[in-house]
Amino acid sequence: MKINEYIKNNVLYLDGGMGTLLQERGLMPGELPERWNISRPEVITDIHRAYYDAGSNVVNTNTFGANTLKFSKEELDEIVRAAIENAHRAMSESSGTQKKWVALDIGPTGRMLKPYGDLDFEDAVSVFAETVKLGVKYGADLVFIETMNDSYETKAALLAAKENCELPVFVSNAYGEDGKLMTGATPAAMVAMLEGMGADAIGVNCSLGPKMLSGVVEEYLKYSSTPVILKPNAGLPRAMDGKTVYDVLPDEFSKDVASLVKLGVRAVGGCCGTTPEYISATVMETKDIVPAKIEKKHYSTVSSYTHAVVFGNEPILIGERINPTGKKRFKQALVENDIDYILKEGISQQERGVHILDVNVGLPDIDEVAMLTTAVCELQAIIDLPLQIDTTNVTALEAALRRYNGKAMINSVNGKKESMDSVFPLAKKYGGYIVALTLDESGIPETAEQRLEIAERIVKEAERYGIDKKDIIFDTLAMTVSAERYAAKETLRALGMIREKIGCRTSLGISNVSFGLPERDVVNATFFALALNEGLSAAIMNPYSAEMMKIYHSYRALCGLDENCANYISFAQSLPKSASVSQGRAACEMPSYKEYSSELQMAIIKGLKEQAALITAELVKSTDALEVVQNDIIPALNTVGTGFEQKTVYLPQLLMSAEAAKSAFEEIKKLMSTDGAADKCKVVLATVKGDIHDIGKNIVKLIMQNYGFEVIDLGRDIAPEHIVESVVKTHAPIVALSALMTTTVPAMEESIKQLRVSAPWCKVIVGGAVLNREYAEAIGADKYAADAMEAVRYAQTLC
Amino acid sequence: MSITVYTKTYDAPALDLREILRYAGIKNDAGASDEIFMMLRSCIGEIAGKLTYKVCYCELPVRQIGSDVEFSFARIHSASLAKNLTGCESVILFSATVGSQLDRAIAKYSSVSPTKALLLQAIGAERIESLCEAFCSDIKKEKRAQGYQMRPRFSAGYGDVALSLQKDIFAVLDCHKRIGLTLNESMLMSPSKSVTAFIGISANKE
Repeated sequence: MKINEYIKNNVLYLDGGMGTLLQERGLMPGELPERWNISRPEVITDIHRAYYDAGSNVVNTNTFGANTLKFSKEELDEIVRAAIENAHRAMSESSGTQKKWVALDIGPTGRMLKPYGDLDFEDAVSVFAETVKLGVKYGADLVFIETMNDSYETKAALLAAKENCELPVFVSNAYGEDGKLMTGATPAAMVAMLEGMGADAIGVNCSLGPKMLSGVVEEYLKYSSTPVILKPNAGLPRAMDGKTVYDVLPDEFSKDVASLVKLGVRAVGGCCGTTPEYISATVMETKDIVPAKIEKKHYSTVSSYTHAVVFGNEPILIGERINPTGKKRFKQALVENDIDYILKEGISQQERGVHILDVNVGLPDIDEVAMLTTAVCELQAIIDLPLQIDTTNVTALEAALRRYNGKAMINSVNGKKESMDSVFPLAKKYGGYIVALTLDESGIPETAEQRLEIAERIVKEAERYGIDKKDIIFDTLAMTVSAERYAAKETLRALGMIREKIGCRTSLGISNVSFGLPERDVVNATFFALALNEGLSAAIMNPYSAEMMKIYHSYRALCGLDENCANYISFAQSLPKSASVSQGRAACEMPSYKEYSSELQMAIIKGLKEQAALITAELVKSTDALEVVQNDIIPALNTVGTGFEQKTVYLPQLLMSAEAAKSAFEEIKKLMSTDGAADKCKVVLATVKGDIHDIGKNIVKLIMQNYGFEVIDLGRDIAPEHIVESVVKTHAPIVALSALMTTTVPAMEESIKQLRVSAPWCKVIVGGAVLNREYAEAIGADKYAADAMEAVRYAQTLC
Repeated sequence: MSITVYTKTYDAPALDLREILRYAGIKNDAGASDEIFMMLRSCIGEIAGKLTYKVCYCELPVRQIGSDVEFSFARIHSASLAKNLTGCESVILFSATVGSQLDRAIAKYSSVSPTKALLLQAIGAERIESLCEAFCSDIKKEKRAQGYQMRPRFSAGYGDVALSLQKDIFAVLDCHKRIGLTLNESMLMSPSKSVTAFIGISANKE
């Protein structure tokens, strides 16, 4: 019988701890236990057999850390072969009469994935793939991914398993006392991602005892339609007579586990500190329990690396601003590969209260596959909102879904065969909540009934791929009301029909409806309110629109979604009394600027970012922009810069002023043509290979930009070849390199060496915590700069 | 003999604003303007509840042979560590981290507001130090009660101890599994606001 069939009607017994038992048998601290499969096979077989004898249906091979990061390919092959052989031998020797399987155990690599570590996502997939392939080759019955404490690495492992074998895959994560993974994911987020990708059983192991894990397990049971695994520790360890003992004994352990089996857990075993005794106690305690049926849940969810967003009565706001359509500045950012601009759009929409970010970077002339992947990776590195991947390019969609850390929203599929043929397989493989547009080969139908028909067809086709309708959300397409009198009405009617007749949730891109009309905000907001009344679940909208946000907050209050109207009240209080710029300024409560030469100088010196922008915007209406730069911005920067050099101003103040000056410059830039940049002196900036610290580098970037340099920021962990390539390409006269660790200074030295050969014209400035003048000289730099101002002063002498 | 590795989660230690300002480069109290204080408060508010204070540790016997220090897992040739551990029979080996959310907050602001990134960096430095202090003071209490004294903590990379020792420390403590701490190929730790260190334990006064 297949394990997936067995678990449908039975409680599946797993094994218990391996590490603690190996230590008792002499494994030294720091010694790699996987080698014992070869050097001490009798010990490993003994342990497996004891678990089978105790009643385990599944034992996990001793391959927790068996991967190509720790072992050579040849040794890995030998280890996995021996490990599976040991388990098979134990199976045949065991007296137990229960069903038995051997699981290929896969633990975490112990490395952090990029960008916070140095292991690339695809490299992690390849590492896991090697082990999975060996598991298949030597006859494992299933793959058991366990003790993962990072959602991204979990995804890499599951993807590797799915791509390299047909075996069932179980996935178990390690949660802390706060009920989250170490990198922040909640159980609901993990359920969304893992079910979306098609794991066969999911759950929890390690970290804590069964009682402490019960909250997490209950969350799994609430959201999961997949069998739930529980493999807890025997509580917490302590030392007794030179041995490690755990504080939850078999009797208590088995009773705690049994109470969770009654709630619906389907696969139980133990982790650190548990022994065959714990397993036999658990079998005894649970063998008469009739397992609760595994119910299909109907939650429509998306997730980020931290949390799930569940679509329900709460309207979900999807920020539409990461999209170049009709936005000149955004297009320019895409062309210039200005990722920071996209990130800022993401951050400020999050601050406005959206729940999900739509990401659309489609533009002719740019490499959308690369840009969408980069945008998704960069956004998910710093923002914890789920993303809606918005593209018509299927290759770009797949690349972005693959790298996405969670279960994404997919925007979109439609009733055309070609669309469904290309999008559904991707949704099936990577998981996703699919936005389906009610249009097909004949275009967008006029009536709501016809749109419903298309929706029904889409649901049917999705079923063929095994995609449940809970994972489809319909967009009934808001058409421009100025062009078609009844457009909005039919769209709204279709919302209600789809909700009632199919039982799917609905979403709308709101802003389209008002195209070509004056005061679009009012039209959009009214349309939004009407749609909510028809049961709309989500809106792709502009969160900067006060009118839209007013509707959202008042709707929640009126529908009983906002206790004591608390959110509405705090939202209302945050609204400016009037939206005009000059009054907006007044609302900023500008302090008197008597002690300063001008109001703008004061704003910059005090580091008031928003005020500096507002004042500049006013000033340039009546004064020449260059005069504002000469008379206010530069003098203010100089005041602070000199103060910093004389140590009367400290770094944070210098930076705040620099940020304020930058925001003033942004206002000025709006007036100037973009090709003014051509005359600027170029500086190539990078943190060297192996080093991921970039605060110092970013400080230098900001200050240099303010002093009129064009900074080409390559980022962090940059290889010497990449630095050289950029300098040669741009013919920059200055390179500034940063390193924080002694271990990465050799990379700095190598970069300088290569620059001397290929770009002999450029001067190299170095800086960073471990450097000093002597050290800088020794590695061949032209200049050691202790801080950003020193770098600026030196660069000014060169340009 | 097996080694027991303990894991401990602490409540947030009290914030030391002056230390944070010092890490941010402000050398005296008068150097921080109201604007800086406001921004600092907003940074503290933003990461409140997002940091974790986790430590894992074990006690290991240690033997000294000249300027070599021998643990069961490694023999380290180091005059400075040998000096630090003179007369010690055992050491506490620990690793501590405040988690990865702080790194994300720093990365978030490094493009939007370098000032905030700098302040968050300073908060992180103060937080991990405070966590280490909280842990050390617990150990001190425990060891004093047993009549032992503690040496100042000592990390790989200090004096002549190579940073590569981190590899062994990570293997012994199993830092990734216990507290989510990882080591990359350049011996950098992630989450970045983390510490590993030895504390020598001796029967007599320093």
